[in-house]
Amino acid sequence: MKITVYEDKCCGAGSCVMAAPDVFDQRDEDGIVVLLQEAPGADQLEAVREAASICPALAIELDEAA
Amino acid sequence: MTTPGSVLVVGASAAGLTTAEALRRKGFEGRLTLLGAEAHLPYDRPPLSKQVLSGEWQPERAQLRPESALAGLDVEFALGEAAVGLDATNRTVKTERGRELRADAIVIATGVRPRAFPGSAGVGGVHLLRTIEDTLRLRGELSRARRLVVVGDGVLGAEIAATATALCDKVTLVGPQAAPMELQLGSAVAKALAELHVERGVDLRPGVGVDGLVETDGHVSGVRLATGEVLEADAVVVSIGSIPATEWLAGSGLTVENGVVCDAHCRAAEGIWAVGDVARWHHDGLGRSLRLENRTNATEQGLAVAANLLGEPRPYAPVPYFWSDQFDAKIQVFGLPGGEAELVEGDLGFDAGTGKRRFVIRYRQDGRVSAVVGWNMPKQTRLHRAAVVDAFAQVAAPI
Repeated sequence: MKITVYEDKCCGAGSCVMAAPDVFDQRDEDGIVVLLQEAPGADQLEAVREAASICPALAIELDEAA
Repeated sequence: MTTPGSVLVVGASAAGLTTAEALRRKGFEGRLTLLGAEAHLPYDRPPLSKQVLSGEWQPERAQLRPESALAGLDVEFALGEAAVGLDATNRTVKTERGRELRADAIVIATGVRPRAFPGSAGVGGVHLLRTIEDTLRLRGELSRARRLVVVGDGVLGAEIAATATALCDKVTLVGPQAAPMELQLGSAVAKALAELHVERGVDLRPGVGVDGLVETDGHVSGVRLATGEVLEADAVVVSIGSIPATEWLAGSGLTVENGVVCDAHCRAAEGIWAVGDVARWHHDGLGRSLRLENRTNATEQGLAVAANLLGEPRPYAPVPYFWSDQFDAKIQVFGLPGGEAELVEGDLGFDAGTGKRRFVIRYRQDGRVSAVVGWNMPKQTRLHRAAVVDAFAQVAAPI
């Protein structure tokens, strides 16, 4: 899988961090999403799907085939 | 409960689309139809009052999903076709084109419509904002107008006023509250927002009602306040709240009271569910019914409805969350602000290093934490969310 994050769309909700804390974090200064791993292992797939689907600003794109 | 063979989602915006996506992700293989009143592919509304109105984004950027992703959902889209009636017993929806669509389960996701100012219909230069067309029309108007008056000091009114300062010479924000968004932010944070608007040149008129619009040759020329003062205006935005889009449910047999009334599982009747801005459901944690008009709720409730619909009972009891971006402020709200405010991070004044305000406020009401509200501290605000979670999870003791 390959994850893309769009910093300019990110609203800083932190939903992704709550869903997949091993893959996402937020910058301390402005709360914008930080991608900890671009291509995490399969064990993270469910959590990343959840993160991408609940992001209220649609700032996370997941390509499962990559 | 048996899994339905077909699902019809009425409303093709964030809540409706999320429900459809979640059904497919959970393995639902039956027929899935998405009926939408607007002709566009599903798009997102929060950017309308900000990035689309400012011109920073082309409207296409607000589309919820690329066409390829929508095609992969195996959903039959019926767009530009509003629902006009529901037979709840037979689970049949009638559309404005006279079609009758039947399904084993129906999800109501028709959202809200903006409340209009009495007597403003047909007056030029008076705007409501809900759709992409509304936004582009307002944007066009603001390229010509010098003086804009925003009537209504809720989230939408405050955001439009903030965005419009970059587009026209003079922006006035009028509303009945002591400070903009007081209801949504609590008074301590709303006070900071009022200061920010004034610093950035907004002519703020708090605590005052509007008596009417002044019209000259069919076009608005001013806003008359309850005090008698007339604010001159070339354009007016009316943002005085929304009404659940439930007219089409008249005679359906469903209970409609400021939204579609649902149980704790977002179920309105056998095989009928409601999601998003239009749904009033029973929040078990709060012990009362709630209707939320925010973007996060559209998604989270969509996920809950999809689970419930497929027979995985999941009471929906979220911690409400919304955000608002105005000028340089990124505001985050977890919970329902009210009560005593306590500063838990940062400073209500300016941070010497960044030149911005940065703080987190915790509100406490009736001995419980009611909300945390952050200002330019999104991460720190989220880390305080746990205190709110506890308050919203206190379920009444079983009988």
